[in-house]
Amino acid sequence: MDVRVSNIRKEFDRYPALNDVSLDIRSGELIALLGPSGSGKTTLLRLIAGLEQPTLGKIFFGNEDASHRTVQERHVGFVFQHYALFRHMTVADNIAFGLTVRPRGERPPKTEIRRRVSDLLDMVQLSGLEKRYPNQLSGGQRQRVALARAMAIEPKVLLLDEPFGALDAKVRKELRRWLREFHDRTGHTTVFVTHDQEEALELADRVVVMSQGQIEQVGSSDDVYDRPNSPFVFSFIGDSASLPVTVADNAVRFQDEPIGIAPKANDIQSGSGTLFFRPQDVTLVTDPATPALEGRVATSRRLAGTRIADLDISRQGESHHVEIEIPLDAQAATGTIIRFKPTRWKLFAE
Amino acid sequence: MTTSAAASVRWRVRQPSVIPGFGLTLGFSLAYLTLIILIPLAGLVWRSASLSGAEFLAILTDERTINALEVSFGTAFIAALVNVVFGVIVAWVIVRYEFPGRRIVDAVVDLPFALPTAVAGIALAALYAPNGWVGQVLNVFGIKAAFNPTGIVIALVFIGLPFVVRTVQPIMEEIDREVEEAAATLGANRFQTVYRVLLPGLSPAILTGFALAFARGVGEYGSVIFIAGNIPYVSEIAPLLIVIRLEEFNYGAATAIATIMLSMSFAMLLVINLIQAWSRRRYGHGA
Amino acid sequence: MAPNSSRRLRSPTTEAPFARYALMTAAFLFLALFLLLPLAAVFIEAFRKGPGEFFASMNDPDTLAAIRLTLLVAVIAVPLNLVFGMAAAWAIAKFEFKGKAFLTTLIDLPFSVSPVISGLVYVLLFGAGSVLGPWLKSHGIEVLFAVPGIVLATVFVTFPFVARELIPLMQEQGTGDEEAALSLGASGWQTFWYVTLPNIKWGLLYGVLLCNARAMGEFGAVSVVSGHIRGLTNTMPLHVEILYNEYNFVAAFAVASLLAALALVTLVVKTVLELHYGAEIAAGRKH
Repeated sequence: MDVRVSNIRKEFDRYPALNDVSLDIRSGELIALLGPSGSGKTTLLRLIAGLEQPTLGKIFFGNEDASHRTVQERHVGFVFQHYALFRHMTVADNIAFGLTVRPRGERPPKTEIRRRVSDLLDMVQLSGLEKRYPNQLSGGQRQRVALARAMAIEPKVLLLDEPFGALDAKVRKELRRWLREFHDRTGHTTVFVTHDQEEALELADRVVVMSQGQIEQVGSSDDVYDRPNSPFVFSFIGDSASLPVTVADNAVRFQDEPIGIAPKANDIQSGSGTLFFRPQDVTLVTDPATPALEGRVATSRRLAGTRIADLDISRQGESHHVEIEIPLDAQAATGTIIRFKPTRWKLFAE
Repeated sequence: MTTSAAASVRWRVRQPSVIPGFGLTLGFSLAYLTLIILIPLAGLVWRSASLSGAEFLAILTDERTINALEVSFGTAFIAALVNVVFGVIVAWVIVRYEFPGRRIVDAVVDLPFALPTAVAGIALAALYAPNGWVGQVLNVFGIKAAFNPTGIVIALVFIGLPFVVRTVQPIMEEIDREVEEAAATLGANRFQTVYRVLLPGLSPAILTGFALAFARGVGEYGSVIFIAGNIPYVSEIAPLLIVIRLEEFNYGAATAIATIMLSMSFAMLLVINLIQAWSRRRYGHGA
Repeated sequence: MAPNSSRRLRSPTTEAPFARYALMTAAFLFLALFLLLPLAAVFIEAFRKGPGEFFASMNDPDTLAAIRLTLLVAVIAVPLNLVFGMAAAWAIAKFEFKGKAFLTTLIDLPFSVSPVISGLVYVLLFGAGSVLGPWLKSHGIEVLFAVPGIVLATVFVTFPFVARELIPLMQEQGTGDEEAALSLGASGWQTFWYVTLPNIKWGLLYGVLLCNARAMGEFGAVSVVSGHIRGLTNTMPLHVEILYNEYNFVAAFAVASLLAALALVTLVVKTVLELHYGAEIAAGRKH
């Protein structure tokens, strides 16, 4: 089922939590909503579910306008951050809940419910635990019960709010892989919210990067990592360094000195902007005549197969630091002068 | 060496601590507790033990005693039921709804804790007597709400309300909104959510509140005697019968009735503790 | 751009407006009928014949004696239970020892005993048929039907209030502060005075307040041991009863209104304390 979010605005006490957000989610897609806290990602998820009502805009499920459908009518599977299991019900009763609250005419017979519960427990690999209470389960098990409970109503869309947020690192890795397999097997349209970029990049078909109530970029992991379209996305995803620069005479300049790179055709040709590059996308410059960025090693540290140097590139009093990767055999003692230039970079106009 | 150290740990009455004053405070507490509570209560037990079985039985099978116990337990039970219904509603309104004066309503719930029982008693009697403000209205519908068991129930509803509200309220405040939202996403309507998800979660607290209100109602005296009419065999409560027997210097009968009531309230106390232990074990939270 | 208003959807965690209003109406009606109306009745009945009659009934020597006795009883009973409450809370909250849970249950015991029985135990202990009573009498000490008996019964029923408030509070605060003070060279008393006491002062005040309200308002227990001698062993609640039974309603409600005013002051201070120091007394808020 396609889900289309169209020009949504959501205000809480007149403060806009989402501002003119539009998003097309394709059927069967696994999508991550990624952003820092307060970016509006959970609000967007809750709007899709019908747990909140938009101030303006519409939400379509397929071709049908779902904006005025209640949460009960929307038929979405929602997995809450803290699972929200019913703690006075057994695992089996939790999973069966969505079926047993149906109107009498649509409710499957008891034996059918029992069979479906047992199938779902098989699917989430928790067979044998149907008589347990949530209190008697581990965090990872509760997670999977919550997922089975959401799946029991055969939802058109599966929505997960920080699905791994409350788990420890090891379980989180396992469940992440398991969720991907689960999605590939069942083929549900799935949207999950996360603030963990590693999780989003590894798991999702497409990542929606959000900031301050707006969508910054939508794209594959490669898109948002290699071709970030805004300063926010560049700095939010992966490590990056940024410098205030000016462009003049077909050269990018840092504090008026050319740094050895020229603006690309679609970059600004004059004026000021911000230059972004990733620590690994640099090359050291040994020839003192070649224009380059120059800095003094403030600290350096070994990180697995590389070394990261924190360079003080301040000139004319203004303090600027960048972190770059340097070869393990390069001189990196504190105070060493290093010259380098970015090999892959992006220039954003002011 | 190590075994003797382990043994000495096992036999130590208290865990070691650098904080002073254990002997002084515990000693004083125990002495005071013994003097004020334990010796007097032991006196009651000793006195009732000195009654012969036949005497004891004769007092308890006395029709007036049986009726008084029936009235006390019966009215306390009904009042506790009323309080469960309205106590849960009052707690829900206080916890969930925003309205001006919410704090005041919350404070008012404690009135029966703070208002002396005799004051409550004469006020309720004045209100619900056939010529009182409320009594007049009820009279029109042919309802007599004072000087009969109904009056006792009214007084016990007054006394018991805060027990239910204050037991249920903190658990209600802890309800996770996500749980309600989860029920809604699974298709439950509001009534199903309340009835199947929220109320079962509150039931240990509701049961505890019921037991507390019931236990308090059984022993209540001051607020009841003014409105009850105190007609023997009809609206005479057990505590009043104890007082009457005392005034007759029939200490044996007073002791026997007191012993029965006391054992019942300890049984209630035990039940409350069992409910809470069971709830903690199964759901991971008390009541 | 008009907001989406064609079909207003309510939040999934609240009831439909009609259900909301119905519940609120039920709650308010119930509270008005059972709590507010009786409270109002006390004051209205007290001033029914005007302020002149009200003050005249106050000026009665027996009434003044009752007020004096009530104050005297509270002045003795409350500090006794305050000292006990602090000692017991110190021992229970700051130390781990065997039988702690049992001791805590014992402290709550008076709450589950009918007030009449609380009085009865002292009648059995000091009354005519007992060992102690005649012996004390031969030495010129009257306990029963005299002030000492009233004080004892009051101490019994108000016994748990301070301890109950302090124990959970001090348990929550742990022993870290005290250990730090001791390691800095403070003596045990200094630690208590400068570290523990400031931490628990609001909870302590809260407990004292509830203890005092009950001490001044206790009816059943005191009624059994007092002997109702006008001007000598009549506390305010007992005096209310006597006046009421003599059909002297204005005077009865006038004295009752003093007790009701005390209850209101207690509630107001309690609410203010909860509002401002909620976190510092919260541990003990569950009654």
